[in-house]
Amino acid sequence: MDISRREFTKVGCRIIIGATAGTTIVESLITNGIAADNSPDQSGYDWEKHFWGFVVDTRKCIGCGRCANACKLENKVPFDEEVYRTWIERYRVKKTSLETREEEVVIDSPNGGIDGFVDDIPAEELKKSYHVPKLCNHCDNAPCVQVCPVGATYETKDGVVLVDFQYCIGCRYCIQGCPYGARYFNTEKGTADKCTWCYHRITKGLLPACVQACPTGARKFGDMMDKNSEVNKIIDEERINLLKPDLGTKPKVFYIGLDREVK
Amino acid sequence: MMLENLIWGYVYPNESEIQWSILIVLYPYITGLVAGAFIASSLYHVFGKNEIKPVARFALLTALSFLLVAMMPLLVHLGRPERGIEIMFTPHVTSAMSGFGYIFSFYLTIVVLEIWLSFREDIVKKALSSHGWKELLYSSLALFSFDISEKTLHDDEKFAKKLAIIGIPSAAFLHGYVGFIFGGIKANPWWSTPLMPIIFLMSAIVSGIALLILLYIVAMKIRKHAIDHKCLQSLAHYLWIFLILDVTLELLEIISMKYASREDIDIINRLLSDKIGFTFWGVQLTLGILIPFILLLMVSLIKKRDTLKMIMISISCIFVVIGVFAMRWNVVIGGQEISKSLSGTLTYVPVFFSQEGVLPAIIIFILPFIILRVVTSILPPWKDMEEETQKLN
Repeated sequence: MDISRREFTKVGCRIIIGATAGTTIVESLITNGIAADNSPDQSGYDWEKHFWGFVVDTRKCIGCGRCANACKLENKVPFDEEVYRTWIERYRVKKTSLETREEEVVIDSPNGGIDGFVDDIPAEELKKSYHVPKLCNHCDNAPCVQVCPVGATYETKDGVVLVDFQYCIGCRYCIQGCPYGARYFNTEKGTADKCTWCYHRITKGLLPACVQACPTGARKFGDMMDKNSEVNKIIDEERINLLKPDLGTKPKVFYIGLDREVK
Repeated sequence: MMLENLIWGYVYPNESEIQWSILIVLYPYITGLVAGAFIASSLYHVFGKNEIKPVARFALLTALSFLLVAMMPLLVHLGRPERGIEIMFTPHVTSAMSGFGYIFSFYLTIVVLEIWLSFREDIVKKALSSHGWKELLYSSLALFSFDISEKTLHDDEKFAKKLAIIGIPSAAFLHGYVGFIFGGIKANPWWSTPLMPIIFLMSAIVSGIALLILLYIVAMKIRKHAIDHKCLQSLAHYLWIFLILDVTLELLEIISMKYASREDIDIINRLLSDKIGFTFWGVQLTLGILIPFILLLMVSLIKKRDTLKMIMISISCIFVVIGVFAMRWNVVIGGQEISKSLSGTLTYVPVFFSQEGVLPAIIIFILPFIILRVVTSILPPWKDMEEETQKLN
């Protein structure tokens, strides 16, 4: 095939212009600056040097709701919507007749427990009653991270599962995928949302708001890379349990005194 | 408050709103119709079932019309639709959802190519015999290549067959994959089953064939043309076979769930007896499978009486397409009506006017019929049906 120099230049120029324009268009469509690759901008904080863990001692929880309230205040979670980053469940096991042996468990969490609980079942009818604070388990093998179609949900190097709000497309697959009901849809942002263990606080050396607000020490937070942290001590010495361990999600919220009814 | 009446037992506080609405019911329904129509057409294109020939090309056009809107319910549903394209540019490969864009595009390419090849002769003839904008339209559809010698047509046919052979597994994959989007969610006991992809696929084929039969009958009635009963009854026969496969798998799933009786069985039982009791046992299984099964069985037993058979087939097909919609509903909505706490249920109340309401769902579902009307006026497939019947008469 004969191509004159003039034609060759023409075709060549077109290819170059086309390729540049093409990549520019594609580049502009792809969201840049992936949060999952960058350590938070806190001065002196290195996310390779921490690995966070959370302990809930259900025996200490009194169901006052201060944690859930503090969480909504700190993280600007709307108070008028049924969405929660953390909440408290109350389990009440009723006395059973010896004939039927059928156990009735009444579970509730009115307004996530923020306003406390009302005693609407007389104490003499109850066998036992306890509270279980719940929050995102920041699973090491998180189903929400697995199912996100664009990778907007990720686990940070220091072990916290976060949502990149600039990236999330709002398909809500992660909400379906979370076995713990820890995720919700943020109607204002049009994206998924969840507990961050107050990532903006912990990277500054502060405690998550719920831990700070708890008057009984039922919530404990710490660095599992630090041998002497309280969280590590409890994990090493106490008998701890996880929520839905059979699902293989490897939660990083460890429970003390978890009863069999709790799911 | 009204909310409290809709909730029974304990549901996690964040679950009080159903996340995937009627639009997400529509999405597997439409995709299923696509896969089913395509597989019906390949009965002729690949397996050489000549009795299907009258509707083979029509089935391809039907598949295309529905395929073009298959993405819409998903897009409308997104919280940030403008970012939807990220699924194509930055897919997160561990997600069952991330492949959808690619599988969809691949399949669309195959369907379009398949249609182009099987209509090329008609397009070229039209291009050569028309003038003005029509000439331009058909010439560009022919890609300005007007060679319809016997040899090239033969090559076309060979290539079309190869494409259809790739098309079958990709149609199966397209829809089996939709099933996996649900089946892969271990958090949800009603979804999490390895049978889900194949159940989705079988019900897809069933719904696609039923829709094709209905569209064929309606088209012939509108065009005032005799119906090719041989073709119709042959399609009905395949419908009957796939119905059996479909119901076997659907029952197998329920039976093994009940027999294994794991910790989620109480909530599953409540779902089946209370929440989706009517739509599951009544619509999905009885109306959508049992009655069509009996009617179609009678069709194959009765001798002659073509008009009666046609009526029985039509009724079966209407029931089947309703039943499969109920099946999608029972999966998508049913799965969300049980709490992942396994201690409570909630109720989905459809809204009519809203971004995720019934109205957009209706609009999206009407679209493929309009597209089909337009596509068939550009590429009329009627010749196949009408020639065949004339030969018979």
